[in-house]
Amino acid sequence: MRLVLTGNYAAAYAAKAAKVEVVSAYPITPQTQVVEKLSEFIERGEMNARYIRVESEHSAMAACIGAAMAGARVFTATSAHGLIYMSEMLWWAAGARLPIVMGVITRAMAPPWSIWSDHCDLLSLRDIGWIIYFCENAQEVFDTIIQAYKVAENEEVLLPAMVGWDAFQTSHTAEPVDVLSPDEVSKYLPPRRPLPYVIDFERPFTHGSLCYPDRYMEFRYLMDLSMSKAKKAIVEADEEYGDLFGRKYGGVLEKYLCEDAEIAVVTMGVLSGDARYAVDILRKEGYKVGLVRLRVVRPFPSSELKKELKSKKLVCVIDRNISIGRGGILGTEIKALLKNSSANVVNVVAGIGGRDVSYEDIVNIVKRSLDLVEKGEVPEYMWYGIDKEYVVKAVGEYYEPPAL
Amino acid sequence: MESKIKFDLITPISYPGEGSAGATGSWRVFKPIIDREKCRKCLLCWLYCPEAAIRVSEENYPEIIYEYCKGCGICANECPVKAISMVEE
Ligand code: SF4
Ligand code: SF4
Repeated sequence: MRLVLTGNYAAAYAAKAAKVEVVSAYPITPQTQVVEKLSEFIERGEMNARYIRVESEHSAMAACIGAAMAGARVFTATSAHGLIYMSEMLWWAAGARLPIVMGVITRAMAPPWSIWSDHCDLLSLRDIGWIIYFCENAQEVFDTIIQAYKVAENEEVLLPAMVGWDAFQTSHTAEPVDVLSPDEVSKYLPPRRPLPYVIDFERPFTHGSLCYPDRYMEFRYLMDLSMSKAKKAIVEADEEYGDLFGRKYGGVLEKYLCEDAEIAVVTMGVLSGDARYAVDILRKEGYKVGLVRLRVVRPFPSSELKKELKSKKLVCVIDRNISIGRGGILGTEIKALLKNSSANVVNVVAGIGGRDVSYEDIVNIVKRSLDLVEKGEVPEYMWYGIDKEYVVKAVGEYYEPPAL
Repeated sequence: MESKIKFDLITPISYPGEGSAGATGSWRVFKPIIDREKCRKCLLCWLYCPEAAIRVSEENYPEIIYEYCKGCGICANECPVKAISMVEE
C-alpha cells in the first residue's frame, strides 16, 4: 500500500506493522506525531497494543523495560531533552539486554532553545550499548524500524536499537511511502521469543543486582561481543528484507558512485540527499566524487569504511554534530580509522541547530576541502557557514580551529 | 533448536536464596522482641521488614529470624500497637 506519510507517521506505521504490543512514550517536539498516530491506532483498535501513559521520558523507558521484561515487543520515541532525561534508563535497558526499539528524532540541545535538527543528542549516547541506525527519508524510517526488531531480537545480539531521523526535514516532510501490512511483515519478523528472559512468577528473579569487580567486566565484554555480532545481523536483516520486499540499503553503509571515486563525501541522515545531488554536479564538472552514507553508527562500520576510504585522495566527512573541543564525532572516528593510510580526511562541522546545508554548500565544502589538501593545510576540523561578523562582535576576533 | 547461549548468564540475574549476604544477624545492635500478648497478627511488621527476616508462624504470629534480622527497627516502628520493643544486645 502506498501512502503519503511524514517520517514520523512512517515510524508509527512501522511499529504497527511490526505488531508492537506496548508503547510507552512522552510527547516532545518533533517526535509528537509518532506517538499521536500510535495512540490513535491503539484507540481505534487497529493495533493490538497497550499504550502506557507516563509523566516523563525517564518513566517511559522504565515502562518499556518492564514491558520488555514481561515479554512484549516494545516501541517508544523521543527527541533531544527527552532523550537525555531518559538516558539513565537507556543504560538499564542495554545492560538488561532487552530488544526495545526507539525512534530518535534528532533535535539540537538547549540552550539556546531549538527544535531543529542536529545529531548531538543521539550521538552523545553512542557508548552505552544501544545499536544506532540513522535514516535518510520516510521510507527508510519505515523499513529500518522493522529491520531493527529483527536485529535486536536476534539471539546473538539482544541489544536495544535506536533508529534516528532528522527533525522536520525527515520527521515532518511527507513523501510517498510503501507501507507493508502486519501480515506481510510477519513473514519477515516472527513474534518475539522470550529472550533473554521473561518474568516468571513461578521462578522469580532479581535483575541488575550488585556485581563485584570480579564479574562486572564480563557483562560489559559480553555486550561488546554482541555488538560486534550485530553488524552481521544488520547486513543479513537488510538482505532478507530486500529479498522479500524489494528494498535494501547496503547494510551498514550506502555507497553512491564510489567505485572510481578519488574523493569520498561521508554523510549521515537527511543531508545525504543533497550530498548525492552535489556529487552529480561535481561529476559533471569533472571531479571523481562518490558518497558514503553511514546507516549505522553502532556497531561502527570500521572495516567497511576503511576498505572503502583508505585509498581516496580526499575523504570529506560532514558532521551534523560537534563534540565541543574535539570536532565532528564521525570525523574523529574516521580519522582514527584512516590514520595509517594515504587518505586525507577533512572534517567539516555543518548544519548545527538546523542550519540549512544545501547541495551548493556541499559542492563548496568539497572544493574547499580539496584546496586545503592540495595546499597541505588540512585543519583538525572546520566549521562551515559561521557568521564571522557575529563572532567578531561577540569576542573581538575570529580564527579557524588550528591546523594539525 | 537448543541455543549455545545461556541467557541468564549474559545479563546479571539472580534468583532468590536464603541469606545470600551471609548471616546478617551479627550486625545487630538492637534486637526486636515481639510481645505476643499485644500482637494483633496484622503482619505489617512482616510486610515492612526489608530483609524478609520475619516469618509467619502456624498460628499466624510474626516470628523474627534472628540469624538474618539486622536490627534496623523498622518492624518496631511500623507496629500499630507497639508490640515490638528494641532491646540492646
Ligand atoms: S505489626 Fe505488631 S501487631 Fe502487627 S503482626 Fe507485627 S507485631 Fe503483631
Ligand atoms: S529489626 Fe529490621 S531486620 Fe529485624 S525483623 Fe525488624 S524490620 Fe526486620
